[in-house]
Amino acid sequence: MRRWLPYPILSVALAAAWLVLNQSVDAAHILLGVALGLAGGRILAALQPPHRRPRRAAVALELFFLVLADIVRSNIAVARIVLNPRQKRTAGFLSVPLELRHPAGLAAVACIVTATPGTSWARYDAARNIVTIHVLDLLDEEEWVHIFKQRYERRLREILE
Amino acid sequence: MSTAAALLILAGASLALIGSIGLLRMKTFYERVHPPTMGTTLGTGLVLIGSMVFFTLHESRPVLHEIVIGVFMTLNTPVTYMLLLRAALHRDQTEYSKQSN
Repeated sequence: MRRWLPYPILSVALAAAWLVLNQSVDAAHILLGVALGLAGGRILAALQPPHRRPRRAAVALELFFLVLADIVRSNIAVARIVLNPRQKRTAGFLSVPLELRHPAGLAAVACIVTATPGTSWARYDAARNIVTIHVLDLLDEEEWVHIFKQRYERRLREILE
Repeated sequence: MSTAAALLILAGASLALIGSIGLLRMKTFYERVHPPTMGTTLGTGLVLIGSMVFFTLHESRPVLHEIVIGVFMTLNTPVTYMLLLRAALHRDQTEYSKQSN
């Protein structure tokens, strides 16, 4: 089991992606999808990523919908900024000290930050564990850091650490 | 229902358009990174949902492979954005440290 399915979720996702892409549930495609899933799991195991099974599916689901809502909200906010160029705003860099250290968590934060228009990941200082973010409309720095840590970092730590 | 699909696709396309206008209007590189993200997130999302609605009705079977496009977009665009931003930061290193002091 361990040997053939080191990452069961990844293998199932790969097989499902193959079937969805081919839009078919033929026996041949199922066979190919299963082979792809098994091979993908073995390849990932060979890469030896830091192993920790994610826990708390409920928190992960909550985070997913939170991020979805934030993407919609910030899309509207950025559209407003683009359409009202005379409105006063200050763009700038913002440093957020993190407690999260798990590489997968950092990757998730990077994806969330860049997927939300209005914020983008600028740099990460691994020694001091500080991430620098560029924000299009920086209203209140402290408020922003607080929201960031409460909304994303706390949940990611619950899931991963 | 195809009206709903059309509205979704139009809304997504409008977001991509506003994002491109933003790309033109913004003054600095770091600000310019932000507006096009609208096209790659909610813009793409709405167009994909519109496509799923339309083709599911049109072919009267669930058409879901748009989800895979969405997953790939979400995983790939941050990489490009980060590379661009890091390159700009590298270029402006001296200027940026002057600004922040």
